[in-house]
Amino acid sequence: MSGVAIVGIGMHRFGRTEGVSGRAQAVHAARRALDDAGLRFSDMQFGFGGSHSAGDADTLVSELGLTGLPFINVANGCATGGSALIAADAAIRSGTHDLGIVIGFDKHPRGAFDTDPADHGIGSWYGETGMMVTTQFFGMKIQRYLHDHGIKPDVLAEVAAKAFRNGARNPMAWRRKEMAAAEIAAAPMISHPLTQYMYCSPAEGAVALVLCRAEDAHHYTDRPVFLAAATFRSRRYGSFEVFSPWLALDRAESPTVEAAAAAFAAAGLAPSEVDVAQIQDTESGAELMHMAETGLCAHGEQEELILSGATAIEGRLPVNTDGGCLANGEPIGASGLRQVHENVLQLRGDAGEHQIPGDPQVGFTHVYGAPGISACTVLTREERS
Amino acid sequence: MTAPRFVDPSLLSDTEEGPALLGSRCTDCGAHTFPRQGGCPRCTGAGMADVVLSRTGTLWSFTTQGFRPKPPYTGTEAHEPYAVGYVELPGQLLVETRLVEADPDRLEIGMPVELALVPFRDDPDGPVHTFAFVRRTP
Repeated sequence: MSGVAIVGIGMHRFGRTEGVSGRAQAVHAARRALDDAGLRFSDMQFGFGGSHSAGDADTLVSELGLTGLPFINVANGCATGGSALIAADAAIRSGTHDLGIVIGFDKHPRGAFDTDPADHGIGSWYGETGMMVTTQFFGMKIQRYLHDHGIKPDVLAEVAAKAFRNGARNPMAWRRKEMAAAEIAAAPMISHPLTQYMYCSPAEGAVALVLCRAEDAHHYTDRPVFLAAATFRSRRYGSFEVFSPWLALDRAESPTVEAAAAAFAAAGLAPSEVDVAQIQDTESGAELMHMAETGLCAHGEQEELILSGATAIEGRLPVNTDGGCLANGEPIGASGLRQVHENVLQLRGDAGEHQIPGDPQVGFTHVYGAPGISACTVLTREERS
Repeated sequence: MTAPRFVDPSLLSDTEEGPALLGSRCTDCGAHTFPRQGGCPRCTGAGMADVVLSRTGTLWSFTTQGFRPKPPYTGTEAHEPYAVGYVELPGQLLVETRLVEADPDRLEIGMPVELALVPFRDDPDGPVHTFAFVRRTP
């Protein structure tokens, strides 16, 4: 079996770009990724991609080139990018293809996402009475988590403050203005204990990656990054997920726990060997919970890590070095690949002002979303398989 | 006096103690669901029977709704902040519900609560009710 390398990365700036469609942003990202690898779209043997609300990825060939390649649309909510990457990984690892592209993009209207209960198999009463609201789920989940682990809510503002500090150092980020933790804590309450600036906003952006067989990587770049693992898991009976009119009394781990454990097992690495991590921070509490669920630290240990600066760019466990969803916004189809893009920059040493110090060897990414799914990757400088 | 108009009567059952939520119980493994459904999410069987859910429980988690949600929300035009939470119904399940108390400082995990029917929307022919839980005083 062949290993898999990432040899080209491209991105369209996240945030809001008036007058530029999501598809146009995707084409921009794809061209940047192809240029980065010194390749043309006609060299691509396959494509996998998707967006949640900006159109079908397979129609991008009308701009990129009508070459006859198999281009498969992927739709998995927040794990759209992760699922595209898993499909590409399997296509190369199995020997089916040698070289191809994955593309994730999106463009959402302003304001919170609104969802029809019927799409989730729930009666209309759930939406009518005001419970079909994602922000409530995050509030209830972190409320219980803080209670279970004896963590003070003050740390939630510190997570957001770090995100905006990192965003200020990232020219591709949307929110580039630092904000003090006190200001974040004093902002209007959205869903207790989470205030306005502790939530990410729906946004726009696009990311593309060119991947190939590991042994071919040096044909395209002198600094390949290897995809040591890409995993995906859905929820088990008893996990606590969004849009749940009821939960089981039995408690089960989140899909994050299984997806992360499977990724580390496949890579043959331990969470303690991670040099840089991008983890889903839909809101401040998510970063806190996911730090432990992914195995990067123990439950309850986050407060000390965050308050001591360990998760800052210069800390010993840098988390969300590009500002995460909080500073970049959430274009659903693009977020997962943004994390991989950021880790490739970090492992190449190309992250500029937000580059972590030292000589990072191992990067980890994690997305989590509705209806209870998680996708993770482990990226390495040296080939491991 | 007529019973209050309710958002979805299939969610409720009349009991001697008053209205209660109606769920399903798996006849094979005992798992509960709310609302009723035909398949068991735990053992994957299809033998689900109706079950009346407990009218009392304890608050398991909570949050508040600071802004008026977009559609499909149909509550009163003038937004009054409300709270939601999960209530643990012993031996059955955790039910997601609106809470009568909207002030987070007066809500705490573990507090005893009981079912209440509350108005959430004014229709031309009168208020429409939904279910909520309220602090239970001993």
